[in-house]
Amino acid sequence: MSDNKTTLDFREFRERIGDIRGKEYWRSLEDLSRGADFEELLQEEFPRQSAPLANGVHRRDFMKLMSASIALAGAASCTAPSGNSEKIVPYVRQPEDLIPGKPLFFATAMPLAGYTTGVLAESHMGRPTKIEGNPDHPSSLGGTDAYMQASILGLYDPDRSQVVRTFGETRTWSDFIGALQPVLKEAAVNGAGLRLLTQTITSPTLGAAIAKLVAQYPGMQWHQWEPVSGDNAREGLRAAFGGYVNAVYHFDKANVVVTLDSDFMSDGPGHVRYSRDFSTRRRVRHGETKSINRMYAIESSPTSTGSIADHRLPVRPSQIEGYARAIAAGLGIAAAGATTEHADWIGGVVRDLQRNHGAAVVVAGDDQPPAVHQLAMAINQAIGAIGTTVSITDSAEVSPVNQLESLRRLVTDMNAGAVKALIMFGGNPIFDAPADFNFRSAFEKVPFRAHLSLYYDETSMLSHWHIPETHYLETWGDGRGHDGTITIQQPLIAPLYNGRSAIEVIGAMAGGMDQSPYDAVRAYWMANGANELLWRKWLNDGVIANSALPARSASASTAIPAPAAQPSGGFELRIAHDPNIYDGRFANNGWLQELPKPQTKITWENVLLLSPKSANDIGFGDQERDDLFNEKHTLLADLTFHGRTIRVPVWVVPGMPDNVATIHFGYGRKHGGKIAAERSDFTPGGVDVYPIRFSDALHGGAGAQIKLVRSEGTYPIGCTQEHQSINPKDVGGDRGIIRSATFDEYQRNPHFVQGEGEGHEGTGETAEADASMYPKYEYPGHAWAMVIDTSVCTGCNGCVIACQSENNISIVGKEEVVREREMHWLRIDRYYKGSPENPEVYHQPVPCMQCENAPCEPVCPVEATSHSGEGLNDMTYNRCVGTRYCSNNCPYKVRRFNFFHYADYDTPSLKPMRNPDVTVRTRGVMEKCTYCVQRINAAKIAAEIDGEKGRRVRDGEVTTACQQACPSEAITFGDMNDPTSRVAALKKEPANYALLQDLNTRPRTTYLGAIRNPNPEIRG
Amino acid sequence: MAHKDETPVHEVRPVTQEVRVPERYLPTPTIEPGHSYASITDHISTIVLRKKTPIGWFVGFGISLILVSVLTASIGKLVFVGVGIWGINHPAGWGMDIINFVWWIGIGHAGTLISAILLLLRQEWRTSINRFAEAMTLFAVASAGLYPALHTGRPWYDFWLFPYPNTMSLWPQFRSPLMWDVFAVSTYATVSALFWYVGLIPDLATLRDRSTNIVARKIYGMAALGWRGSAKHWYRYESAYLLLAGLSTPLVLSVHTIVSFDFAVAQIPGWHATFFPPYFVAGAVFAGFAMVLTLAIPARKFLKLEDFITMKHLENMGKVMMATGLIVFYSYVIEAFFAYYSGNVYERYMWLNRATGPYKHMYYALIVCNGLAPNLMWFKRFRTSPAMLLVTAMFANVGMWLERFVIIPTSLHRDFLPSSWGMYHGTIWDWGMYIGSMGLFLFLLFLFLRFLPMISIFEIRTMLPEAQAAHGEEH
Repeated sequence: MSDNKTTLDFREFRERIGDIRGKEYWRSLEDLSRGADFEELLQEEFPRQSAPLANGVHRRDFMKLMSASIALAGAASCTAPSGNSEKIVPYVRQPEDLIPGKPLFFATAMPLAGYTTGVLAESHMGRPTKIEGNPDHPSSLGGTDAYMQASILGLYDPDRSQVVRTFGETRTWSDFIGALQPVLKEAAVNGAGLRLLTQTITSPTLGAAIAKLVAQYPGMQWHQWEPVSGDNAREGLRAAFGGYVNAVYHFDKANVVVTLDSDFMSDGPGHVRYSRDFSTRRRVRHGETKSINRMYAIESSPTSTGSIADHRLPVRPSQIEGYARAIAAGLGIAAAGATTEHADWIGGVVRDLQRNHGAAVVVAGDDQPPAVHQLAMAINQAIGAIGTTVSITDSAEVSPVNQLESLRRLVTDMNAGAVKALIMFGGNPIFDAPADFNFRSAFEKVPFRAHLSLYYDETSMLSHWHIPETHYLETWGDGRGHDGTITIQQPLIAPLYNGRSAIEVIGAMAGGMDQSPYDAVRAYWMANGANELLWRKWLNDGVIANSALPARSASASTAIPAPAAQPSGGFELRIAHDPNIYDGRFANNGWLQELPKPQTKITWENVLLLSPKSANDIGFGDQERDDLFNEKHTLLADLTFHGRTIRVPVWVVPGMPDNVATIHFGYGRKHGGKIAAERSDFTPGGVDVYPIRFSDALHGGAGAQIKLVRSEGTYPIGCTQEHQSINPKDVGGDRGIIRSATFDEYQRNPHFVQGEGEGHEGTGETAEADASMYPKYEYPGHAWAMVIDTSVCTGCNGCVIACQSENNISIVGKEEVVREREMHWLRIDRYYKGSPENPEVYHQPVPCMQCENAPCEPVCPVEATSHSGEGLNDMTYNRCVGTRYCSNNCPYKVRRFNFFHYADYDTPSLKPMRNPDVTVRTRGVMEKCTYCVQRINAAKIAAEIDGEKGRRVRDGEVTTACQQACPSEAITFGDMNDPTSRVAALKKEPANYALLQDLNTRPRTTYLGAIRNPNPEIRG
Repeated sequence: MAHKDETPVHEVRPVTQEVRVPERYLPTPTIEPGHSYASITDHISTIVLRKKTPIGWFVGFGISLILVSVLTASIGKLVFVGVGIWGINHPAGWGMDIINFVWWIGIGHAGTLISAILLLLRQEWRTSINRFAEAMTLFAVASAGLYPALHTGRPWYDFWLFPYPNTMSLWPQFRSPLMWDVFAVSTYATVSALFWYVGLIPDLATLRDRSTNIVARKIYGMAALGWRGSAKHWYRYESAYLLLAGLSTPLVLSVHTIVSFDFAVAQIPGWHATFFPPYFVAGAVFAGFAMVLTLAIPARKFLKLEDFITMKHLENMGKVMMATGLIVFYSYVIEAFFAYYSGNVYERYMWLNRATGPYKHMYYALIVCNGLAPNLMWFKRFRTSPAMLLVTAMFANVGMWLERFVIIPTSLHRDFLPSSWGMYHGTIWDWGMYIGSMGLFLFLLFLFLRFLPMISIFEIRTMLPEAQAAHGEEH
């Protein structure tokens, strides 16, 4: 090509023709082609072809052929197929710190039931994609639970409400403000007609705003209601300490813990922290650990906390109080009505508590009556716990009230016509108010009803105004943690839809100018001790330093009320919140719906839990149950309580006390999203339990009747693990899956994990197990490995959702779960040993073992799965043809196949949620845990470019999603070849064993045996 | 000097009393007496060349077409919606797809054994059944081949299993038994097709010479590749046929051995067993002979070929079926013994689960079908009754399907970790494709019966006494 610039080149061609389409295009090509410069170009480029171009026909043909290459040649940017060329422009002024491809982390806090737990939200290119715990926040210390991890899906939920509505018709925020004016005018005169209904609030900014509002409209009342109200604890503590207080537990200081129907590791504002604290006293490290703690659980339903207790008594809910009184009596507190059962057991507990004065604690469950809470505090007083293992502080709530009474007052006033305007922040009282309140009929008497909520739910549909609420990741706010620590909640993204926050609604009601949440929160804090530097520090850290509520000296009253009359007859029903969808607010969250519940491994619905004997009693015999459960089916039963009947599926879980039935509320939603309610691909199950939740029996009671229903045939249940027994007689022998010992046994024989199970020859570390004809493969660089401590795993499911969030794992829906096709890469197996009445329970998280001798690798015909030089079993999605031989050959069954096209490629709002570093898999492809290879690679890249020569990845730089989420720090991951790494140390622990070791798979993921600490004085 | 009239000294004169030989000791003829070369050729080629197709053929072919449309629907849904329409899941990643694959491939082995091994062993009774059996093999392999191709999650990438030069610079994984399957089944299909075709050439020439329909003559003519029946042609033919028989013989053993490696190389209890190759090969021969009997007994009746497929053939096939059935049953027994003797908890549980677990009725049915039913063949009365042979063969067919069911889903559904135990149930699409594959088989079979001689005309001519005598003189 000559360098004469007068000659045309293709780029110019493109520019001339670029935007033109259709006939114009061809015409302009024609014109171009007649130009002399074009002739020259052609002669240069195509000497042979240019000659015939004198002939018009040839010219036209030639142009047709050439047009394609003209269009593509020198294409610097791709034009949009439909016409307008779009220019993409890189950042001219890049947002600070933003490097495309590298995520940023912002500290904020997730509110649940009013209390906030600090999180770090990972943000890719300005959109939040993952939630991690904030290591600096006392309620989290870096751990997250399932609710926190799943909240990211809540932000991007396509069923979220997007517009202001009035009875279904779209309106605007200004319309609402306009409609509010006459209401406010009337409220100025008749303040008592204006009511505010909120859930629990700890936010100082919101609290102050409400206080100002109440002052502005004298007589206005603020009601609070949540189905999981915490009233019992509140009232019990008030009886004990003379006012509403907050109890903060310090399990890291406790040698002995006694729970009275308390699931403190799963429930309540501090449960993430409590798991962490408990586990610090539970984990065993050879040579270092002199003693571990001991937990006694007296509970009425199997819980995560109870599952790792050293001693467990399954009793009826009403009997818990008797046991509490017995313990109190044993410690010298005057408490009549003590139970006489299990006297030896109680005696042992009492002695243990006495031996550990000042280092023991008793915790009462939120669902237990106030008297039990009072008893627990009295016992704590007697054992010197107050001020050591439990601190009493002022209440973290802005305005603690008895929420049941608050709602009752509201309903009474509504019925009397005294309520002229009801503004509701969140909540869903139409769905979840106590059944006897008949909330709906009272509600409909109110002339002005406005509901601020995330979804257009049951309450919104009956309200005059529905305002879409902003998600916590979209708005400013603040809140207190379990110990009162304040976090400023900062948004990660501008509101996706036209959402508003409670602060803005209050602002509208206060009549001021539209005050943005940012201004409101900032103004509050600037007026309360902040300055610019502190403000930035608080936002950066995610906590306001030293804002925890100070412990105050307190002494519990020992005036125990007289025991209530013991109910009798029939089943005792226990009504509890669902472990996954809470009180129903997460019913549209597909991740939480499909998450197998910790004790039952059931998904997508609630069931009536019974003990094996109780099931037999109602006519559901052992053999029939085994056959049906094996096929993931069950029978339905009619549950009658307080005169109302609901039809529920029956399920048996080992460890349930006899004659007790547990049911979880939250299901049976009528509106609120495709997953929650409307029939869709996901066909949710579940029964609405609120109709049998009465104000005098919010947590259940005696007198329930259960009648098996056979007329409707069998009912499918999405249970992901129905074979939980590892008793040798049930599984053909001891398979060595769970290796457990007591702490005493461990101290006598630290290598107890060896020799367990038939034909097991010990840990992978001994020379014998290494015996092989083949030379050992050397891993000179990194050798990624993982150790999971089963002593501290509570089965909370935080890791499962974290993995789902990090790796873009799809949900499949109930029907597919029934067909055993759930896609979770990490599952938590729950096994029990011993009698089904009161078994020992173990949780075992099972990710991909990343076997050095992987059975899945040689059987793949296309080599879609291969071994990396660092020990990872790599999965190449785009090579997989889907023969499924690898899944068949995997003894751990950790591989997941996309039987259908499960991934949602279409819903626009879910696209920003996905982790851009992980492929979204299509139909016909196998997937599995990758040890978060995207994180490993990110860390390696960061290490490689660090400084002049780069450096080695340091221990702790790579954390897998599951490891990062675990509240108990049960999972440790790292480089085995790094002698200073934690994982290398754990691999040397004598309690370290590999699952299915004798298959010679040489897994990189190994377990530490479960060590319990039973009291030798107590049998059972 | 020879005197014609001289009688030898030791002359044996016939005794007046006739020795009566009981009928059952009389040898069954391989071909009914009374046939000549011409009558054989006439009889067999008339079936093909007759102008008027019998109504029965239309009925059968029509049914097969309906079933083929079921197959088409099943395949269409499978490819467009996904492999999830079947009953497979975690843990049972394979179900009826592989059961049916192994079932069909196993059936094919009888044809090759009859054609190749019996040829090398000089068993002349093979001549009336070998064409038919070899065709059955080909069609069975065709039906079988549907499954490995379509059971993958992304069947449009199946070509990656072949070692072709590609831009990814990737060979397939040669350590995988599925790769070996690719080689084994494709070799099997190729060699069987060649063997069958080469064997057909003289008969195609016969049909070319005898047919009056101009179109038929042209087609048979092209297919006959210019066969003249000259000595040179026969010489080359015999060499080629022998070579192909030699190639096919190891395939009888190797193909199903490779298929058994799909399981034996895996480590699932119930799969991981070294006795799988002989077990599977014996099972394949068993299934194959059962299928040949199932098809031959009605075919000989409807096409009036009892003279050529005589009781001798049926009885011999029954005997082979029983012998291999006994080997298969022995395998079941030995498996139970291994489960006990190994002391391995997983092996033990696997067997206990088979016998007492949720699929125990399949296992008991299997024992009845494969363990008890073949023993009927001990009795000559049953062995020589086409009806009883048919019944036994049907039991064997079902039994071999059950055996693969017991091996595949029953082993997979409960393996090492109880947390992953599940169940497998075939869905309507599983059955649809299975019935559909039978439809494909029948479709091809009916076409074969109509347009090609189901008995090897020239080979059966060698069964005539005159041919036998001539044959004897030559050697």
